[in-house]
Amino acid sequence: MTTSVGSVFSAVLDPVNRHDPYPLYTSLRRTPISREADGTYVVSTFREISALLEDPRVSSAYSPEEGADPHQIVGLPPSFLRQDPPGHDRMRRLAMRPFGPPHTPHRVADLQPTLQKIAAGLVRDFPVSTVDLVDQFAYPLPVSVICALLGVPLEDEPRFRDWIDAALNAVTPNVGALGDLAQYLGDLVDRRTADPGDDMLSAMATDDGPEGRMTRAELVATAILLLIAGHETTVNLIANSALVLLRQPLWLERLLADPSLVVPLVEEVLRYDPPVQMLPWRTALADIPIAGTTIPKGSSITLVLAAANRDPEHFKDPDRFDPDRRIAQHLAFGDGIHYCYGAPLARLEAQMALQAIAPVLARARLLEDPPVYRLSAVLRGPRHLRVALD
Amino acid sequence: MHVVVDLTKCQGYAQCAFLAPSAFQMQGDEALIYDPEPTEEQREQVRRAAAACPVQAIQIDRLATQDMPPIHTAPGAGRIVIVGASLAGLRAAEALREEGYAGSLTLIDDEPHGPYDRPPLSKQALSGKIRPEATGLPRRHDLDAQWRLGVRAVGLDLPIRRVQLSDGSSVPFDRLLIATGVRARPWPDPVEGALDGMFVLRTRDDAVRLQQRLHPGTDRPGRVLVVGAGFTGSEVASTCRSLGLDVTVAEAAATPLAGALGNVIGSIAADMQREHGVDLRCGVTVEAIEGSDGRVRRARLSDGSSLDVDVVVAALGGIRNVEWLEDSGLAVGPWGVACDAGCRAFDVNGLVTDDIFVAGDVARAPNAMFGYQFLALEHWANAVSQAEVAAHNMVSDESNRWPHVHMPKFWSLQFGNNIKSVGVPTFADEVVITQGSVEERRFTAAYGYKGRITGAVAFNHAKWLPFYQRLIEQAAPFPPEFPTVDRPDDMLPVPAEVPDQKLMARDATVVVTGHRPTLVRSIG
Repeated sequence: MTTSVGSVFSAVLDPVNRHDPYPLYTSLRRTPISREADGTYVVSTFREISALLEDPRVSSAYSPEEGADPHQIVGLPPSFLRQDPPGHDRMRRLAMRPFGPPHTPHRVADLQPTLQKIAAGLVRDFPVSTVDLVDQFAYPLPVSVICALLGVPLEDEPRFRDWIDAALNAVTPNVGALGDLAQYLGDLVDRRTADPGDDMLSAMATDDGPEGRMTRAELVATAILLLIAGHETTVNLIANSALVLLRQPLWLERLLADPSLVVPLVEEVLRYDPPVQMLPWRTALADIPIAGTTIPKGSSITLVLAAANRDPEHFKDPDRFDPDRRIAQHLAFGDGIHYCYGAPLARLEAQMALQAIAPVLARARLLEDPPVYRLSAVLRGPRHLRVALD
Repeated sequence: MHVVVDLTKCQGYAQCAFLAPSAFQMQGDEALIYDPEPTEEQREQVRRAAAACPVQAIQIDRLATQDMPPIHTAPGAGRIVIVGASLAGLRAAEALREEGYAGSLTLIDDEPHGPYDRPPLSKQALSGKIRPEATGLPRRHDLDAQWRLGVRAVGLDLPIRRVQLSDGSSVPFDRLLIATGVRARPWPDPVEGALDGMFVLRTRDDAVRLQQRLHPGTDRPGRVLVVGAGFTGSEVASTCRSLGLDVTVAEAAATPLAGALGNVIGSIAADMQREHGVDLRCGVTVEAIEGSDGRVRRARLSDGSSLDVDVVVAALGGIRNVEWLEDSGLAVGPWGVACDAGCRAFDVNGLVTDDIFVAGDVARAPNAMFGYQFLALEHWANAVSQAEVAAHNMVSDESNRWPHVHMPKFWSLQFGNNIKSVGVPTFADEVVITQGSVEERRFTAAYGYKGRITGAVAFNHAKWLPFYQRLIEQAAPFPPEFPTVDRPDDMLPVPAEVPDQKLMARDATVVVTGHRPTLVRSIG
């Protein structure tokens, strides 16, 4: 994604603005559909993004303009995230079988006590004086959960963490690291196939539903997606939530007085400061008339979900953080057939995490505000969130 | 606690079924079955589920303090009477209070129960998953209304503004909302209809009776005959099959759901029924039901065959509850009470009234998206939105009235499939499969009339329907010519084969009640 020099969107991508892109989104929304110099169409308003997420003329598959598909280079098919129906639908259904309804309806809800236990354990182990809420809370919680769910040994975390950091956060995708990750997960899939446990990889490798199984390569592609997406975004959701509570102690007091407030509170964080800020890889399969203009066939489309979540046409007083708001229909998890696969898990993890950490936040003081953010303009969250405990 | 899901909005994201699996379950890809009365222990999970719904389709009990300002009723602030206390009547009452209406509010209904939700009756209630009695609609606790339940409205005296009731009393009003809905069409022969084993399904009590007979127990029925393969008949057949009962469906039209979707899509529904073990017979009628000892024993069909049956479910569509208005001077007929786009009733002379409003299944109103023709709709979402518009207009002056601009939508859950439609599929001359695979029962079809898109239906493909709704709103060209994801190789429009209106009276849930679209002629 290159951009026109001086465009609002280029400022969004500029790391210098990472700590607060929201004023830029306000400017961006003045042109709901804007064309960048490289021909990319950037969409920033709620109605238009919703419409495009539900539009079958918009493809999620790799387009030649993006360059080589890293999955293809390492000999894998694209994950379902980067496929269109019917391939997408089949792979997502197969991946859903061991995870959720209708085949495995209790998996996520049954995790609640485990999540509470892990979160309480992390809080208990906090050092006395200062703590990094990212490294010592927001990161370890979802990582241990996704490892247990998928059947990835938690002790391998230092290895795959390096590969994922290299594959995700490099300026150009690091195919070598992706290859190492694929090799690692491929070996794991083979072990689970030979000796299945009650984890999701084992189920996907051995359980024959009405549509059969994924191929080994499809399963590895899916495992890469679920391992990465299964925690990267949740880390940020938990950290962004903790940050807003530290900055707005009124809501922290309300949460401490009424733990059930955590449900609307997490929804409001998802709206107000979503972990996935934009979806950069859609392509128009046809000329698409929208908002008084036309996105020409073949154009690359970037949907800025975080800008839509602050659209005053959809949300009253959108820049105010308000878990009491009645309209809670946000786009943090996308919309349509690619709606976030792991959304229920992310929600429950964040809810349990916040309930566990609220008493700590009540005696915590931010040591750095704004904190240093991750490099990515797509996946938004603080790199560290250091607080002093009184 | 009470829960209702607006299944018109639901697109099968399954977030609720993940987070509260004891209260919400998926059948197949996207058909949602839920418990309308979860226990207090489930409240935490149900709240989580409601908050997570991407389309915000789940309503739970609304407490006065939560959502709305408190109500202070004031004497002399007017008298509003609502006849019909089902979905539309309740929603209108709530909307009136939300609008700040402070006068007296009276709801009248011949059923003794408070407002309940009907769609679960043919599904989770009939299957025994929930009790039919556990279908009460969530409502605000401080409506401050007088409930006259178990008493029927028998007349309307417009000059003196009174509703006459079956107990001989009458209720005065300043403004009236007619929301008397539809009742099940009874079996045409009253002697046969009185046999033990004959059923209809419309009310909660109907569901209790039928559920008791169907449910595996001491006296498990042999074959069930369902007469009529519209939505209710098809859903009853589906539930019976899920209970392991033998089912025959007799349908006069060429296919099931023909009156709602035409024969082309109806033939797919026919395949679905047969795949699930239904003995489906189309193009036949039931000539007689034979009984002995007062019980149903046998059915004789028009094709000369006969069947041994224990239970007959007459799913013959509905009759609009307008008899009580026949001498009122309002414009009433078999399609309901005619009203303008603002829900104000017409009188017999075609003049619009000021204080009489209509909403829900009994209303018949012009729709700008379909050539201003009068539509009669029996759809859940229409009842809700029309009630809200009627309520607003009842307490607003002329300059601030809303039109009821409603895109018709319906859904049906049968045989594990979620069938959803938008627009008016029968206002069509052609239909084309636009996405997906008919063979897999995952597809979208678009309907067109004279070169524009007028309707769409999705089988287990609900997430795509909002796109087609936008095309219908824009009167986009038919057939759609652009490329899409998952487009079939041969996208060939075929005649939609919409049956004539005689049959539509039986099982369509949305009917263009003026002239038929094919009879439209350009003038001059």
